[in-house]
Amino acid sequence: MLTLIKDTLTSQVVTLWRVFSHLWVKADTVEYPDEQPYMFPRWRGRIILSRDPDGEERCVACNLCAVACPVDCIALQKTEDEEGRWYPEFFRINFSRCIMCGFCEEACPTNAIQLTPDFEMAEYKRQDMVWEKEDLLIDGTGKYHDYNFYRVAGKKIGGKDKGEAQNEAVPVNVRSLLP
Amino acid sequence: MTFEVGSGLSIGAILATVILVAAMLIWVERRLLSFWQERLGPNRVGPFGLLQVVADMIKIFTKEDWVPPFADKFSFVLAPAIIMTVILMSFSVIPFAPGVGVVDSNIGVLFVLAMASLGAYSVMLGGLSSDNKYALLGALRAAAQMISYEVFMGISILGVVALSGTFNLREIVLAQEANGWYVIPQFIGFVIFLIAGVAESHRLPFDIPEAEQEICAGYHTEYSGMKFGMFFVGEYLGLVLISSLITVLFFGGWLGPAFLPPIFWFALKAFMFIAFFILLRAAIPRPRYDQLMSYGWLFLLPVSLLNLLITGVIILSTS
Repeated sequence: MLTLIKDTLTSQVVTLWRVFSHLWVKADTVEYPDEQPYMFPRWRGRIILSRDPDGEERCVACNLCAVACPVDCIALQKTEDEEGRWYPEFFRINFSRCIMCGFCEEACPTNAIQLTPDFEMAEYKRQDMVWEKEDLLIDGTGKYHDYNFYRVAGKKIGGKDKGEAQNEAVPVNVRSLLP
Repeated sequence: MTFEVGSGLSIGAILATVILVAAMLIWVERRLLSFWQERLGPNRVGPFGLLQVVADMIKIFTKEDWVPPFADKFSFVLAPAIIMTVILMSFSVIPFAPGVGVVDSNIGVLFVLAMASLGAYSVMLGGLSSDNKYALLGALRAAAQMISYEVFMGISILGVVALSGTFNLREIVLAQEANGWYVIPQFIGFVIFLIAGVAESHRLPFDIPEAEQEICAGYHTEYSGMKFGMFFVGEYLGLVLISSLITVLFFGGWLGPAFLPPIFWFALKAFMFIAFFILLRAAIPRPRYDQLMSYGWLFLLPVSLLNLLITGVIILSTS
């Protein structure tokens, strides 16, 4: 019985006091519509398609994002322009399925698809949750300012021949090395 | 019409105030709980969220008043009415201030205990008539808990009754004017009454009859709409009643320094205990059912009997 009284005093009463002392701790709540929460730059929110520093689309329609997507919310079709650049004919994200996991961003080899801190994406009509390429494309470079895929990749396009990319040596003619 | 005990004005004012306070407690509880959990709580409807109660009332009154087809209709409807009635009846013997009260009964303490016992019927009927296993389990637990804890509740008050020599609650308060608050000589009685009061009004941590995590909502699982609302408000009325009783029996009722009116002192003391009950809910986890029973019968019963015995010895040796 004495231990019960001792336990009550040391455990229950201390608990009551500790909980009571939270009365003068500031609440953690952010009153959202009146007050915007601080969104971290790497927050995984609304998906965008970025452009390279020259203003061209970064997306090369490799389909890796669509493959990585666990809920299959990305659909696209590859096409090619007269210079040999690849780009998506259409690029469609169904945001009613998207779970903002960021796998597409990790899979993207050209930093084209990126997630942004915006989360206010509610719509009245379900069809409005489907975003096409013109909705997704932004004018800037997103999180990576200097990267341009065609300037570092060895692919030949109009105006840039083999061996003209950054850090790329001129191709060696292997036949000339023959003894 | 004047403000005297038993006048129509007094009765109407008490009834309105008590029900209004019980309804406002929904907001008070949510707000206080959230402060203790570092949240804000309901603060959108009206100033400080005060009109949350109105919104809740509109919701609960416009809900479908549904009686399950498998329930026993008569007792299903009767049960929530009983708890409201008996707890409001208990308020009739509480002396709120000089001249404010419904009746100065010479059996006031016994009347409150009798009404508390009748309250157990509401819970049992509600659980049994629902024809639902969770409701039945809840009613079973409620019956065992309320009958057990009534014993200690009664015995813990007996020390106060012996000291003041009366069952009349108003005379108990007046006796404290001469002898000082009974919380000092009857501290153990106060603690036991507090614990038994929590169990009687089945508030957390002793909300075993309606433990959500274990048995859905317990005895009111099948209730909805205003019938559920009556159980809900009945529970808050019980909270106000227990707080008022602690104030009257142990903390000198309306007594206090004269710069404020007596009714204010009563309200302040009662609100302190209401806040304490809400703090209990925020802080203490629920015991197991068998722990509750053994705690009552093996600890509270001997202690309360010992307290009564020692009180009796002291009264006899000093008189």
